Amino acid sequence: MSELRSQVKCLVWDLDNTLWQGTLLEDGEVHLRAQVLDVIRTLDSRGILQSIASKNDHDHAWARLEELGVAEYFVLPAINWGPKSDSVRAIAEQLKFAHSAIAFIDDRPTERAEVEYHLPEVRCYSHTQVLDLPNLPEFTPVTITEDSRRRRQMYQANFRRAAAQTEFSGPDENFLRTLELEMRIARAEPQDLGRVEELTLRTSQMNATGVHYSDAALRELCSDPGHEVLVISMSDRFGPHGAVGVLLLARDTDFWHLKLLATSCRVVQFGAGAAILNWLVDRAARAGVHLVADFRPTERNRMMEIAYRFAGFTTDPCDCTAGADLGAEHQVQHLHLVPEHRALPDTLRLIAEFADVV
Amino acid sequence: MTIDQSISAVESVESTVQAYLESKLKSTVDPDQDLMASGLVSSMFAMQLVVYLESTFGVAVVGSDLKLDNFRSVRSMTALVERLQGNDSDG
Ligand SMILES: [Zn+2]
Repeated sequence: MSELRSQVKCLVWDLDNTLWQGTLLEDGEVHLRAQVLDVIRTLDSRGILQSIASKNDHDHAWARLEELGVAEYFVLPAINWGPKSDSVRAIAEQLKFAHSAIAFIDDRPTERAEVEYHLPEVRCYSHTQVLDLPNLPEFTPVTITEDSRRRRQMYQANFRRAAAQTEFSGPDENFLRTLELEMRIARAEPQDLGRVEELTLRTSQMNATGVHYSDAALRELCSDPGHEVLVISMSDRFGPHGAVGVLLLARDTDFWHLKLLATSCRVVQFGAGAAILNWLVDRAARAGVHLVADFRPTERNRMMEIAYRFAGFTTDPCDCTAGADLGAEHQVQHLHLVPEHRALPDTLRLIAEFADVV
Repeated sequence: MTIDQSISAVESVESTVQAYLESKLKSTVDPDQDLMASGLVSSMFAMQLVVYLESTFGVAVVGSDLKLDNFRSVRSMTALVERLQGNDSDG
């Protein structure tokens, strides 16, 4: 865990004589070294976000970044005449990152000192270290998933979506309909397991049992014919949300045993948990089986209990599980439901990428 | 509790819930209107309602009370809150 904590999630760049050679206001002409461009692209591909804290005229500097072909790599650029600690703090706040996950790079010792003084947890680097950044452990994530490679695009899509929602006047539900939400449910492939493991780790609010499944455990379940490991991903007209949920199901003769449902809190507002549960209830109804779902209350997963209860799960006993071994983990409730046909929500399009059994 | 106080308490639960819903849904809401059937409220929003009722009226909605039917209308939510507050047993 200490390795996870020490990872940098966002690098904030100074522009003049750090990102580019020269001072925009004095020299007029500034240029970007090819090796620095490589650093920007490498960090981006590792899922490390990059931003800017520069004392310049915003429009002028941004136009130059666009000319250099690198503007798209930066989120939430802070190009203004205020103190850089204010800029870095605002960037961290908007990204909802801890200061310890932020790095700042600047050629001027006074700027680094100012940021260090006000934000002691932010890691500061000098311009002489630019080319070395990709070699440092804090800029080298242990695993790089498909979602880390497109993390920046997902954040940019989030910002555009949030702006559209602010402008939208009308019920939230109507806004959802304008998003053209799409949900895909697919069997987990070996290359998905990193993302699935990450989801079971990070989704404390929307994890039905609070159990963390390791990559190895998931790999084993994937190859077990009695189990289904399904990955749920979402997208909308603003872009991909990436993998947002995992569902672990064991099939018995008379019932399906939902051992785990974990969804990212990023998609709670889209009704993802309820949509997945309703889809599963409908599938179980067609298969003529009952559903049993494991739920273990934790301090943070009440939302998940409500999702199960509202989907119709109860603690009423049923014969379908007679003689079955549901496991006897501490505090795990086995919620039960007799499925019937369910209509899918009209706020999203659901695509299940397989035809058989589930 | 006198009858008058009891009625005003009930009215205040109902009108508070109604006002909350109307502000959230940006639409007028009839106390008997089935919010789930009319498509005004999704199950996701119903989750927010649980948290709202609990924090506003100091009740805990748990176990079998956590069902969609209890959140279908202003009336059903009011009944739930009253029952959990114990108002209905005062006679
Ligand atoms: Zn049963």
